[in-house]
Amino acid sequence: METLSHNIQAIPLNHYILFCSVIFSIGVIGVLVRRNAIVIFMSVELMLNSVNLLLTVFSVYRGDASGQVFVFFIMALAAAEVAVGLAIIVMIYRNTNSIDINVLNRLKW
Amino acid sequence: MSTFYFIAFLSIFFSILVITAKNPVHSILYLILTFFTFTIHYILMNAQFLAIVNFIVYMGAILVLFLYTLMLINLNKDSEPRKSNFVKFAGVIGGGCFLVTIIAALKAFGASQPVVLQDPNLGLVKNLGKILFNEYLLPFEVSSILLLSAMVGAVLLATKETKTA
Repeated sequence: METLSHNIQAIPLNHYILFCSVIFSIGVIGVLVRRNAIVIFMSVELMLNSVNLLLTVFSVYRGDASGQVFVFFIMALAAAEVAVGLAIIVMIYRNTNSIDINVLNRLKW
Repeated sequence: MSTFYFIAFLSIFFSILVITAKNPVHSILYLILTFFTFTIHYILMNAQFLAIVNFIVYMGAILVLFLYTLMLINLNKDSEPRKSNFVKFAGVIGGGCFLVTIIAALKAFGASQPVVLQDPNLGLVKNLGKILFNEYLLPFEVSSILLLSAMVGAVLLATKETKTA
């Protein structure tokens, strides 16, 4: 573990922020580009995870453990969100026989 | 030091594959690989508790849930209708603009300090448990209620309605 934590010591904070923003943007692009509801959901998970990682980085950077506790709460939230969201997707599939989100335009103004 | 860059490259590579794979099952498998690289990032920062939780909760529970849902939903006819090229282009431009904005904001900061782990047992279970059950006891209990309600809601949503209801 000592060698592992020594590995990290030379990496600037900016590189971490850059890396997490790249992952977040990939998630945004995934939400915008795909039509499959499940893949959109997975992109949302990707965004959540990049934010989690950044929160951990700042927690290590500031030496404050509260950030890691918050990441734990976000993970619990993500689990709840995935359970409800996938149930909704299954119900949508049962009603429309498709998980294409363009079928779901009935709520559009 | 180069470990971080290699793992970061792998994460970005796999997450791009997640959103470009045509088959949703492949997307999920790539997402599992992406989350595995995230676990390695946590280990590199010596956040052992989060590494284990990420491994168990995300790769063990959430992605299995995704896979099962995908199997429940019959995608034999597959051929997910693709969005038109114009919409795809616009989506990539939109995400790219977001990224450029963040990078520009980052440039304004100038050079940054390196991330140094001052306290080696910051992310260990013992330390985090003490904080979790002292300062954050109420949010912890509330999150358990949240999980319970999510479970009830998921069961309620996913069961078929009976005619008598």
